[in-house]
Amino acid sequence: MKAVVVVFPGSNCDRDVAVALARCTGCAPILVWHGATSLPPCDLVVLPGGFSYGDYLRAGAIAAHSPIMRSVREAAARGIAVLGICNGFQILTETGLLPGALVRNAGLRFVCRPVDLRVEGDSPFLAGFTPGECIRFPVAHMEGNYQADPETLAGLEAEGRIVLRYVDANGGVTEASNPNGSVAGIAGITSASRRIFGLMPHPERVIGDELGGSDGRRFFAAVADALA
Amino acid sequence: MSTPTVNDAERLGLSADEYRQIIAHLGRPPNPTELGVFSAMWNEHCSYKSSRRWLRMLPTSGDQVIHGPGENAGVVDVGDGWAVVFKMESHNHPSFIEPYQGAATGVGGILRDVFTMGARPVAILNSLRFGDPDHAKTRHLVGGVVGGIGGYGNCMGIPTVGGECAFDPGYNGNILVNAMAVGLVRREQIFLANAGQPGNPVLYVGARTGRDGIHGASMASAGFSDGAEARRPTVQIGDPFMEKLLLEACLELMATGVVIGIQDMGAAGLTSSSVEMAARAEVGIRLDLERVPVRDAGMTPLELMLSESQERMLMTLRPGAEADAAAVFRKWGLDAVVIGEVTDTGRLELAMHGDAVADLPIGPLAEGLVYDRPAAEPPSSEPAPVPDRSATVDTLLALIGSPNLASREWIWEQYDHGVMGDTITPPGSDAAVVRIHGTDRALALTADCTPRYCEADPRLGAIQAIAESYRNLSAAGARPLAATDCLNFGSPEDPVVMGTFKAAVEGLSEACRALGMPIVSGNVSFYNETDNCPIPPTPQVGTVGLIEHVARTGTMAPSPGTSVLLVGNAEGHLSCSLYAREIHGLTGGAPPPVDLDAERRHGEWIREQVSGGRADACHDISDGGLAVALTEMCIAAGTGASVQPPDEKLSPACFYFGEDQARYLLAARSEQVDGILRAAVEDGIPVRMLGRFGGRELQLASLGSVAVDTLRRRHAGWFPSYMNGNTGGTG
Repeated sequence: MKAVVVVFPGSNCDRDVAVALARCTGCAPILVWHGATSLPPCDLVVLPGGFSYGDYLRAGAIAAHSPIMRSVREAAARGIAVLGICNGFQILTETGLLPGALVRNAGLRFVCRPVDLRVEGDSPFLAGFTPGECIRFPVAHMEGNYQADPETLAGLEAEGRIVLRYVDANGGVTEASNPNGSVAGIAGITSASRRIFGLMPHPERVIGDELGGSDGRRFFAAVADALA
Repeated sequence: MSTPTVNDAERLGLSADEYRQIIAHLGRPPNPTELGVFSAMWNEHCSYKSSRRWLRMLPTSGDQVIHGPGENAGVVDVGDGWAVVFKMESHNHPSFIEPYQGAATGVGGILRDVFTMGARPVAILNSLRFGDPDHAKTRHLVGGVVGGIGGYGNCMGIPTVGGECAFDPGYNGNILVNAMAVGLVRREQIFLANAGQPGNPVLYVGARTGRDGIHGASMASAGFSDGAEARRPTVQIGDPFMEKLLLEACLELMATGVVIGIQDMGAAGLTSSSVEMAARAEVGIRLDLERVPVRDAGMTPLELMLSESQERMLMTLRPGAEADAAAVFRKWGLDAVVIGEVTDTGRLELAMHGDAVADLPIGPLAEGLVYDRPAAEPPSSEPAPVPDRSATVDTLLALIGSPNLASREWIWEQYDHGVMGDTITPPGSDAAVVRIHGTDRALALTADCTPRYCEADPRLGAIQAIAESYRNLSAAGARPLAATDCLNFGSPEDPVVMGTFKAAVEGLSEACRALGMPIVSGNVSFYNETDNCPIPPTPQVGTVGLIEHVARTGTMAPSPGTSVLLVGNAEGHLSCSLYAREIHGLTGGAPPPVDLDAERRHGEWIREQVSGGRADACHDISDGGLAVALTEMCIAAGTGASVQPPDEKLSPACFYFGEDQARYLLAARSEQVDGILRAAVEDGIPVRMLGRFGGRELQLASLGSVAVDTLRRRHAGWFPSYMNGNTGGTG
């Protein structure tokens, strides 16, 4: 699988996700600067976590208008897979490639902790897991509270596009297990085509037991298999 | 410009005698700009004039030390061509006035000290001291400081991995915010704050200069009185996004080989950076101040020289490299302007639109003054009697849920501690552990100081701070390498304070020598007092150790079924303990004695057990004693334990809550126990079996039993409840 990682000024998980892709898929990604006006040929575009453009205005709002995003939008239209992690998810909602918005956490504080997640649906990005399986990635964000209007939510549910939810140890969606107040415990959603995936948790941070878990390794390895 | 008077000098914090010395150096009275520059360089914060005489006692060298104090940060060899760069610094005064921005810019400043040297920052720690939880300002200050530290480090993408936080009424009027940054650099890529040869262009990079933070260094050189909030305009405003760009741009330019010297514009801004870079190279420097990028129109030369606007760097380049440098900074959207040149005059020459505005000798500016302030005999005390007859598990529950022992999860959840993908041990253990990227080795990092010990006996308290750090590193299986210090005290003009300072430095010096941990960088923060009431002496230390194999990192979470072993002797020292303070309301009395030889021997032995894979888990025993250490291990692992004191010599309170030093709890699998006990006998290390981990209860013979879930809830509960306004300091 050929992957591209877009680097915005203020991105800070670009190296982490590049390391994870190289280590878990055996193929190092190409890093592309935000000012570039075209993407190299690839199977996957990754928008990494961080604080693109300082998250001035709103998280992801300015990055959504950077030169490279025009090419990302065109690539997505051609069916190239796009993965947005944390700030990358925020950029995807700001560009309209995914519906809804990520607003300030309900607790009004930054939250960094491992969370339990339930896998649902049939996204190629989660091909490494069985539907209903519970996995663990960490979250680290201030604006991860997913919100959308009722019609959009009903559509996401009906189409099976809510593919990751925050759950408790028993796999149930509860208030206590929700780190940011997201509606319906939403941690990650896909586009209708299933080719665009945004999630707040960070799979790139759990790619080995020495780092507290290996679910991220399974995630990237399966993404490579599904998209190659 | 009119010639300033002695009164003008005194308004800037200079004494009449210092003013006379300036005239003697110049052979004429200074003009107002020159006087302002002198006042910035000669204040306590920049010149270390009261502390320097004593700091010379500290051990600063060793085979592992590449650069000791005197550079922007200390540099220590960690093998394979890598060096670790680290320093701790205070931002106390600004954080009390404006907690979010004060703490945020404290983090920003210490990060610049590290990447100035060419190192990529890989970890941030902090040490926080707040007043009584019931004091009206405390909750607001905690929220703001934690938010500010997180806000800056999270945006920079550098993990905040550890630290400590304590509450004590002694900090009601003057909180402490000490931040430590740690970076990694290839040995051949280290940059120094040295201007180099005459003719080198002087480049200003980063944020534009505004009027913020003018006289910040002077603020840090005087105590507070009521109305400190009126000083809010002297607090700088941080922009971590700008600093992230500055970090990436500086490292990118450094890799090209055109940078000669570099220093960040921290306290006293352009003044200290230009003077110190020139002084190290024994050259002069000329600045054309109208070229300085500004965001406020009409700034005077002195304002330009004293501004503490954040996220700025001064560097000298190879002549002819100006365009290359500008191109790198343009890519990152940053200002980079040549504002002057290195000269051979040995003088700081400032001009504005071609008019000379200052002409000062670099030597006296940079060397500053050395004072031998009167120092009173420091306090020392006899052990205070502490009632020890009525301890139960409720005593343990009260301690574990008290403000100073309750879980700090509420704090560290707001810090991104996993970014950069190398955090092996996140906050909440003895030491934070961060892998050296791309290798199998790791750094262990700590921040320690026990203020109630330092208040009772500053020399012993300082020794204990180093000893506890040493234990924390050892429990993680790390070989201790070196330390940084941040010495927070009241006014050096008060002989009582100066006496405690001298004693603390003596203690640090003794402990660092005995344990082979030189002090490679540091910071002194005096004038931490409000209305002449000084804070307790607080010699904060941060330490760095090295783990050879990540897989052999020590953990404090034991496996069920392992044996509980006590390493070190139980003497039952309750004087000055948390038990005495929290349960019986008794403060003072002698802290526990520290036997540095025992610390070293026990530490070395523990490291052998941990790095040799014989220890299943390990935890140092400190605040709250054995029962608290055991509880923390049980909570970490989600398992119970059952223990029995080995003899009847001590009362239960003394055995379970005594704070004797040089001690650890070790968990060992049954097949390892015999070997460990045999090795202990051979090596002369006191080790005794106390019981076993397992089950869902903590069963303490003579105290009673309690469910680990109950302990966990009590431990986790206080901080969030307090911050929500539901609980006061008494839990």
